[in-house]
Amino acid sequence: MARVYLDPITRIEGHLSIEIEVQNGRVTDAWSKGDMFRGFEKILKGRNPVDANQITQRICGVCPVSHGLASSKCLDAAFKIRPNKNGRLLRNLVLGANFLQSHIIHFYHLCALDYVDIKAILEYNGGDDKLLSVRDWVKNEVQIKANRPDAITAGGPFLPRYEGNDFYIKDKNLNWAAIAHYLQAFDIRMKAHKMVATFGGRAPHLIGLVPGGVTQVPTGAKIREYKKNLREVEKFVNEVYINDVIAVARAYRNYFGIGKFMNQLSYGVFEDDDTLNKFFLQRGAYLNGRVEQLNTALIKEHVQYSRYSSGSNLHPLQGATEPNPRKGGAYTWLKAPRYKDQAMEVGPLARVVASYLSNNEPVKSEVNALLKMFSADISAVFSVLGRHAARAIESKLICKHIWNWLDELEVDKPPRNSYDIPERGEGEGLVEAPRGALGHWIVVKDRKIENYQAVVPTTWFCGPRDDRGVKGPVEQALIGTPISDVNNPLEAARVVRSFDPCIACAVHVVEGDRRISSMKIL
Amino acid sequence: MAISRREFLKIMGGTTAAIAFPGVIIQGCKRALERASARTPVIWIQAQSCSGCSVSLLNSLDPDIATVVTQYISLNFHQTLMGGTGHVAINVIDEAVKKARNDYVLVVEGSIPTKDDMYCTLGMLNGHHVGVKKWVTDLARNAKVVLTAGTCSAFGGIPAAEIRANGDNPTGAKSVAEILGDNSKIINIPGCPPHPDWMIGTIMHLILKGTMPELDEHRRPKMYYGKTVHEQCEHLSAYKRGIFAQKWGDPGCLYKLGCLGMDTGCDIPRRKWVGVNSCTGSGSGCIGCTEKPFPDYGNRGIYKHLTASLDEINRIENAEIRQAVLNLRNGGSING
Repeated sequence: MARVYLDPITRIEGHLSIEIEVQNGRVTDAWSKGDMFRGFEKILKGRNPVDANQITQRICGVCPVSHGLASSKCLDAAFKIRPNKNGRLLRNLVLGANFLQSHIIHFYHLCALDYVDIKAILEYNGGDDKLLSVRDWVKNEVQIKANRPDAITAGGPFLPRYEGNDFYIKDKNLNWAAIAHYLQAFDIRMKAHKMVATFGGRAPHLIGLVPGGVTQVPTGAKIREYKKNLREVEKFVNEVYINDVIAVARAYRNYFGIGKFMNQLSYGVFEDDDTLNKFFLQRGAYLNGRVEQLNTALIKEHVQYSRYSSGSNLHPLQGATEPNPRKGGAYTWLKAPRYKDQAMEVGPLARVVASYLSNNEPVKSEVNALLKMFSADISAVFSVLGRHAARAIESKLICKHIWNWLDELEVDKPPRNSYDIPERGEGEGLVEAPRGALGHWIVVKDRKIENYQAVVPTTWFCGPRDDRGVKGPVEQALIGTPISDVNNPLEAARVVRSFDPCIACAVHVVEGDRRISSMKIL
Repeated sequence: MAISRREFLKIMGGTTAAIAFPGVIIQGCKRALERASARTPVIWIQAQSCSGCSVSLLNSLDPDIATVVTQYISLNFHQTLMGGTGHVAINVIDEAVKKARNDYVLVVEGSIPTKDDMYCTLGMLNGHHVGVKKWVTDLARNAKVVLTAGTCSAFGGIPAAEIRANGDNPTGAKSVAEILGDNSKIINIPGCPPHPDWMIGTIMHLILKGTMPELDEHRRPKMYYGKTVHEQCEHLSAYKRGIFAQKWGDPGCLYKLGCLGMDTGCDIPRRKWVGVNSCTGSGSGCIGCTEKPFPDYGNRGIYKHLTASLDEINRIENAEIRQAVLNLRNGGSING
């Protein structure tokens, strides 16, 4: 038996480490540890409610749009206003663009190096200028640095890496193509961020999200700028991204059976009409093989294994939580959220499963086509490859649907509804981040923030054991993963990365306030 | 391949750079960049960060990030991009500390907690989690330059903001200068996030000229932070004509909505985010994120006039703006 530490898990957002126990070449136990804490909700108290929109975006630089929107929505509710039509559409447009940005960066820049052999570039003999220049760079690095004993590393940031005989793709052409796409994807994700900044003012950390909508008026020039970049991103998603996910799936078929986790939770996202109740991707809790209607009152957070000294098994709005960095037995800054006492996965897979079982036809047809290609049944989606495929499918469908929102925009018309900050108010804002379900809650008193809460995606899947000792989703998904070499546990890293963890998001203080608990929850 | 004169001038910030960098120096720089052995190692540590500065770095237009990483610098450590995981990754910075090489650039993103090391750890050594403060102090010792990417590492930023009730901070988050106690090696690149040109341009300046760029009193490169947002604002002519937006989405100067452009050194109205938009241009206004008081601004906060006290409003010097803010406070719509 061996104890293996993956600290840090790189190529994710933030500070996460994983401890696993390996017996006979398989993971038999796992601990997921969030290693960073800042205390956002404490900082928010007593400030102007509208400041929350800017401050909460800084919870995470990869999904600031989702935090900005969750915050805007809970402010909308507290101020008793709704976005106008342009406001709703422009919010969808910036959020959709950031989903594309996030999914592309996740597959290419965060995960691809777990599958693609970057060293294959040394043998490149084709005619792509960019690849030739990278080849010459690597050669140059390796040669020159071999003679410099003080060289820190050669080939950074790509090397060094976990090494093993069967870790990386063998096919040279496939590797070369993937490396070319890795480079191209930098450009494409930047263009997706141009789309975000076009209507959001800047990216990351949008300046233009406000209660009632956004500040950027949709002028003809702005719409043209957005469309120009969308065309390029859409082409890449349909012609490159989807095919690369399929290529990785073909090369690593066994990962349809690795990283299994079943329970799924989605808040639903992209309001598709002005009732704000119709979603492009559906809402629901997948438990025991069927989708149930969402009820956020059923969320409880456990802290026995988290570094907090306060009460456990409480609704997030009822818990009083104080950090205790040296708490005995605790191993993470993440709490353990549970829905109906169950550990839940959130993210693209949850959205796809909820949509599929809610008879969302576009989602169904994409999923079925992919399953047919691999002669697999629906159970195969609850896996490492299922998560990657869900992101690709979602990207494709967003690219297609986003044009409708552009067409519906009222050009040069106001992008928002007005508001007054009330003396008192309460609000809930639910949205999906690229990596899963996100909720913000606010209480306003004397026109200031009395209490603010955020319950974020990564806490759901990277959280620790609950008070009963039941492991979190990532911990459960790791069990059974084959580990060929305990000194190079790449297989475990693949499972963790497939969830797209974002630790800056996941760690925060939830300040207790009895008043907020009386609020009507979905 | 090396940097072209055009793209070099662009990231250096236009005309001032043309004076500071005559063609002959740029030619010499091209040769320096081509020698891999001379390529400057860069070690990028994330502390209490949101990774927003790293994501912003990836938005570099010209040169693009792939060119920067494979041709201009040797990016030895960056948690979000690096191939290695776990001990393979940590060995890189452990070795860098041990080899005591003195020509690398240390970049720090995020503030550093001082109340307890457990508030932010990175990697394990000898079976123990290592606080990020140790990495920053150890790596800074031999670094040629310490570059703070973003307001958190430069000034403390949002993680170091005060708890309004008691003026305390949850984790004792501090800037890099406060941790090191000596700011002679530090170049601050604040911004929440900083523009990629500010980060890459400063590193290029260090590599190509071998010296620090000219810094202001907050150790920010003057070439980027030397002028205020207001001086370069898209709405400057509206301001001069006395046209003020009354609510978001209106045309005109955004001052009455709480815009901090007059107090903020930053060239975004000219430079633009991802080449397409700016804080002022999008009608939102400047939130002063490149300045030391961000996001507290005393008791002011980010969007000033919404919760301003009567005393505070009475202290506004410009009579016309003071009256407008009073009107907003006495009924009427607040900021919308």
